Amino acid sequence: MAWTWFHRLGSPPYIYGLAARLTPWFAWSAAVLIIGGLYGGLVLAPPDYQQGDDFRIIYVHAPSAWMSLMVYSTMAISAGVGLIWRIKIAHAVAAGCAPIGASFTFAALVTGSLWGERMWGTYWEWDPRLTSELILLFLYLGYMGLRSAMDDTQRADRASAVLAVVGIVNVPIIHYSVLWWNSLHQAPSVMQLAKPTMPPSMLIPLLMMLFGFTVLFAALLLVRLRAEILNRERAASWIREAVTQ
Amino acid sequence: MNTSVIEASSTGTSALEAARLVLARDIRLALRKRGQLVQPLAFFAIVTTLFPLGISPELSRLRDVAPGVLWVAALLSSLLALEFLFRDDAQDGTLEQHVLSGQSLTWLLFAKTVAHWLLTGLPLAVMAPLAGLSLGVPAAALSGIVASVAIGSVALSLIGSIGAALTLGVKRSGALLSLLTLPLSMPVLIFGARATELAIKGAGFAPPLYLLGALAVLGITLAPLAAAAAVRISLE
Repeated sequence: MAWTWFHRLGSPPYIYGLAARLTPWFAWSAAVLIIGGLYGGLVLAPPDYQQGDDFRIIYVHAPSAWMSLMVYSTMAISAGVGLIWRIKIAHAVAAGCAPIGASFTFAALVTGSLWGERMWGTYWEWDPRLTSELILLFLYLGYMGLRSAMDDTQRADRASAVLAVVGIVNVPIIHYSVLWWNSLHQAPSVMQLAKPTMPPSMLIPLLMMLFGFTVLFAALLLVRLRAEILNRERAASWIREAVTQ
Repeated sequence: MNTSVIEASSTGTSALEAARLVLARDIRLALRKRGQLVQPLAFFAIVTTLFPLGISPELSRLRDVAPGVLWVAALLSSLLALEFLFRDDAQDGTLEQHVLSGQSLTWLLFAKTVAHWLLTGLPLAVMAPLAGLSLGVPAAALSGIVASVAIGSVALSLIGSIGAALTLGVKRSGALLSLLTLPLSMPVLIFGARATELAIKGAGFAPPLYLLGALAVLGITLAPLAAAAAVRISLE
């Protein structure tokens, strides 16, 4: 069994080149999926019988919320891989994930609060999903804060990796405790999203957006990863060749 | 991992014995600096005093917010106390000696965290009823407050030990420490405040107490491991 493909994944010059080659593919498919999904969701899909056109914000809100968790898992898993097998590239991936994930989380919060204004009549409701999302944003901010507090990249990598792994253990606990806290304090929320009954004309654009956001994340991550590698390997000789090519 | 076991057995001190020694040392040192021990408690008392001044002196209104006030104050006070957990030992090199001792760092840090809880968490649990009474909590509910603060502060000390270990090498780490620790502590706040609220209403407060206990057990199992990894990274 040839493991060379696996070992190559730990080599910065190889990853740098690979990321450069893959970025356009992800970026273009993200553009196609998101434009198609937006057209399908904002123009083609019929208005909701209860919420009218207001429901259309779901095409940005749900994918953002989904990405906020997926990016956090990606970050924690690659941080864990970097911590256990001491792979520098894995740390660079984790470091690249954090700002993207924080942005998606922020987008989910803003769109959720705008949606809340239309549905509940208030910008902020202590809804369990909004609350967990807010705590998730704090987790991202803590991770980025810890990274920026340390000058030495290697130490920042490993310390923030410990935090990311501790965080991923805590995310389900936070989620369920918030859910439980909320169900005791607040009447069931006004909004009922009957997902299974969503007709295909609404569902297909949503799936396209979900997939498009995932691919967008991959494209953004690859760009950030290249920047991370450039920054970390700035003393290496291959960088000069790669940049002047 | 293996080498530390071999070295520990060659020096003739078992991991538990070493942990006991660290625990005794930390408590002895802390008792010689009593002023430092009183600070988080005084902070707790001051914060709980601020709320009646800010909200209203009516006990009936204060009773409604008492669980939240008590628990937020306890959370902040435990955050303040975290500074004493590793700071002095990191400055005078004791922590490095712990790392180099060949003993299991996980056990040593667990012992330090236990000492920290005995010196800050337990006094907080003893003091919480006084603050509760001043907020109009009925006397019958005080046992629930003591129990929830006592168990919850175990979890808080353990979660905090990870944050404190991660920020060891960071200058002026106070704000960063709270940014790291508070989001992870929110489940403790939720269940602790819930237990207190049920106790004030005179209902059975056991279920949230069990959940607090579960968080504490999970913390005992995992937090020292993460803290040990963090201390090693910070002292590199």
